[in-house]
Amino acid sequence: MKRGLAIYAAAAYAFLHLPLATLVVFSFNASRFTLWEGFSLHWYQTLFSDAEMADAAWNSVIIAVVSTVISTVAGTLTAYGLWKRGSRLLSGSLYLSLVTPEIVTGISLLAFFQWVFRWLGWHLGLFTVILAHVSFSIAYVAIVVAARLRTFDPALEEAAMDLGATEWRAFWRVTLPALTPGIVAAALLALTISFDDYVITSLVAGVDSTTLPMVIYALARRGANPSINAISALIVVIFGALILISERLREA
Amino acid sequence: MNRLRFCFLLPARIWFVVLFFAPLAIICAYSLLTRGVYGGVELPWTWESYQRMIDPLYGVILLRSVVLSAAATGICIVLAFPLALFISRATRRKNLYLQLVMLPFWTSFLVRTYAWMFLLRDTGLVNTALIGMGFLRQPLPLLYNDAAVLLGLVYAFLPFMVLPLYATLERMDPALLEAAADLGARPRAAFFRVIVPLARPGIWAGIALVFIPCLGAYLTPDLLGGGKSVMIGNLVQNQFTNARDWPFGAAASLTLMLLTLAALGIFYRRGPKDLL
Repeated sequence: MKRGLAIYAAAAYAFLHLPLATLVVFSFNASRFTLWEGFSLHWYQTLFSDAEMADAAWNSVIIAVVSTVISTVAGTLTAYGLWKRGSRLLSGSLYLSLVTPEIVTGISLLAFFQWVFRWLGWHLGLFTVILAHVSFSIAYVAIVVAARLRTFDPALEEAAMDLGATEWRAFWRVTLPALTPGIVAAALLALTISFDDYVITSLVAGVDSTTLPMVIYALARRGANPSINAISALIVVIFGALILISERLREA
Repeated sequence: MNRLRFCFLLPARIWFVVLFFAPLAIICAYSLLTRGVYGGVELPWTWESYQRMIDPLYGVILLRSVVLSAAATGICIVLAFPLALFISRATRRKNLYLQLVMLPFWTSFLVRTYAWMFLLRDTGLVNTALIGMGFLRQPLPLLYNDAAVLLGLVYAFLPFMVLPLYATLERMDPALLEAAADLGARPRAAFFRVIVPLARPGIWAGIALVFIPCLGAYLTPDLLGGGKSVMIGNLVQNQFTNARDWPFGAAASLTLMLLTLAALGIFYRRGPKDLL
């Protein structure tokens, strides 16, 4: 029984990891076909000399960083405010935004932007993508920080205030430092989600705000291209590292 | 005390009103309007878009979404249960085993979906290998069908089933199994009459966590179904972009939203409150 389970688990882990592993292995293939013809860094060179790819990567980084900063601040404040005293309406909205299918979020934001911009004469661009990313990241940040707050002893804050700290000072000097690992973990989570998002981004992006996932998607639709393997391998490694750091911090 | 809390909650409140509820309200309004001549929407108000949702042409898409999601959820339960059991029984390295389940989940969704295109398409690894070994002459049409979409969904959401199952199995007292064995239960009977009933809250949580995102899936059917296996998410996108029928697209997205909330209502009540 125990042995059977172990063999099954090995097969299940193979199912989970082999597709990505083969993708990474073939990013080092010399041939452009799926036949192994020897080790080569050719596809990485193609990748790094691709201007379109570089622009898209740069857009993705800007969007991810700006939306992460905004959503981390707003999400942390939300978690703290709700920890002080709950609000069914607001926490309900947080969960509702989490379960809303991405395509619905994306379409409704698109309709909203087009409707508002018709009066203002604005156009879709980087900032609409950032606004969209913040709206789906706030809930993730708030939930991760809220989990951290559950282990925080409110007596520490009360002690600070008894000793003469204002409410704000108690938050800034006592609570916030204690929450830091949770906040950093939440920020890394928001960063990866933002960097990866295709569905919502592709709907609200303007002509000059193509992101990396949008380029990868377009290449994937066009057919075989080992450059996608190379960029995928890089993403797998970077994401893996970020998430492992985030997990460590959440446990700390 | 209350002023600080008020200030802290203000950004999120404003954000939700302006960038979540207002856009949804616009979609609600669009779904009840008439399609404009050049795209967009026009008066008069009408229920027509919702009536079209029940049309067999689109009913098939609704049905496929629900059936594929249910099938993916069922397969995930069967695949995840032994794995969760294995992790919960492991004496060492439990955290490592858990992280190995989550790691593919946290690497880009797009990349994970592309990995299956890389494996399954006509010139993909599976077909190339089978032809190379002489098993096939022509490549098998592995991609762009319902089965490929189902596989993609199972692969994408399997970790969501393993985690809640693990959480409930972990809490189970091993003495219960010994008691069942002492009373003469064979392993099979012990599994179905002791382990499965005790894991029920985890199963319901897993069902919610897999079925709901499957229902709203867009990328998986888009890339692995290639327009041949269309789900509601693709219908919504298509109506807003290619077909330029915003009222119908809006009605389809609200239908998807309602299905999601209905599923959540059903599953949430049966699952454990602390896992969701």
